[in-house]
Amino acid sequence: MNDSEYDPDVTIDSRDATCPGPLMDLIGKVKEAEPGTVIELQTSDSGSKSDVPEWLDEAGHDLLDTVDNGDYWSLFVRTN
Amino acid sequence: MTEHIVIVGGGTGGTVLANRLAETLGPELERGAVDVTLVSDDRNHVYKPVFLYVPFGKKTVADAERPLADLVDRKIAVEIDRVEAVDTDSKRLDLRDGGPTSYDHLVLATGAGLAPEKVPGLAEGGHHFYGPDGAEALRDELATFTEGHLVLSVIGTPHMCPAAPVEFVLMADDWFRERGLRDDVDITYTYPIQRAHGIQSVADWASEVFAERDIRLETFFNADEVDPDDGVLHSMEGKELDYDLLVGIPPHVGSDLVTAAGLGDDGWADVDRHTLESTHAEDVFVIGDLADVPTSKAGSVAHYEAGTVADRLASRVRGQVPTATYDGKTVCFIESGMDEATFLEFEYGSEPTVRAPSKPIHWAKLGYNESYWLTARGLL
Repeated sequence: MNDSEYDPDVTIDSRDATCPGPLMDLIGKVKEAEPGTVIELQTSDSGSKSDVPEWLDEAGHDLLDTVDNGDYWSLFVRTN
Repeated sequence: MTEHIVIVGGGTGGTVLANRLAETLGPELERGAVDVTLVSDDRNHVYKPVFLYVPFGKKTVADAERPLADLVDRKIAVEIDRVEAVDTDSKRLDLRDGGPTSYDHLVLATGAGLAPEKVPGLAEGGHHFYGPDGAEALRDELATFTEGHLVLSVIGTPHMCPAAPVEFVLMADDWFRERGLRDDVDITYTYPIQRAHGIQSVADWASEVFAERDIRLETFFNADEVDPDDGVLHSMEGKELDYDLLVGIPPHVGSDLVTAAGLGDDGWADVDRHTLESTHAEDVFVIGDLADVPTSKAGSVAHYEAGTVADRLASRVRGQVPTATYDGKTVCFIESGMDEATFLEFEYGSEPTVRAPSKPIHWAKLGYNESYWLTARGLL
């Protein structure tokens, strides 16, 4: 269940992630994913809201949506 | 009726768990209410943190190994065999030599594997210290490396011991300084994201130390190809880096068993992060590097997870409701040179503080590496 229009192919639960953190969790999945895969990254680290778009921009993938679920955020990513 | 507990894997998680169960379920084991079998395809238990010291000649590969039979309590059956398939519906395992085996409770603890072949040129062009052969080859290379560009590139995400790459470059810096070679050796550390480490406080600390010690930091660097002939590392982000000696933290893989058994779709097992129970099958636990939980792939994690699972299994065997949970506790020593270290401790949702490195913490790390063999026996 989510409030986004996107239906993820892969969901990464990085809520309360410590070491090495949500963005590293995301990169691991992105590297393995086929182009066009929609990934939902669930994160409770507010830093992810800036970290993740910055990396996506650098690596050439798309941020589709960011949803505030109250105690965590869902970032929807599409790989290119 | 005897309940069968089968543990697959003889690393930190599997071995600590076996010994904890021997202690916790001692009376039940004695009277035959339960039996515990540990299956491993390696006669030796390997303590991987020792490998960090091998390239610098401070430890040997032999220091990392002890026979499993010497570490595991005699109340536990140890079988040297390989599990080739898991069927969680019929609760059976196929063993390469022993054939079909049934279980009532299964714990998978087979760890992470290295897959340098996933990055073209890495196996030929790169070194690493994440396994015995790699650590020895890197030791030989370092011994004759007197000038040029040493590049450490964190390629695998996830990878074991997330602090080890930082430790390696800080140790290498110190090691070359001690030899009077540092002016002739440039050191670069590359990391996949926009800072030096996934944990902000570690990244802040490492960046400051790197600047002080003239270690170049290259961020947003995800190596996707190595050209061993020309000594060039290429990244997903379109960057290139020339190297003379490449230490590449290789891609890691979980287990095909996990994927084939439907316990996770990419080799890492999906589990409840607090109970370590599979989210796809009944009576299956996964601990250590194989479990996909949001903390480090590290020995301390496997150790604490094993304690939780031992308690949960003991409750199950006794017909009680399991209450023990794992809170993400992770403990991590970080070497900051050849004779100083710092220390981190955290759990799910917490941000660790990096304390000032000191000699006593370095000695504590070396001391712990020796007393680790008591940990494996379930005594510490």
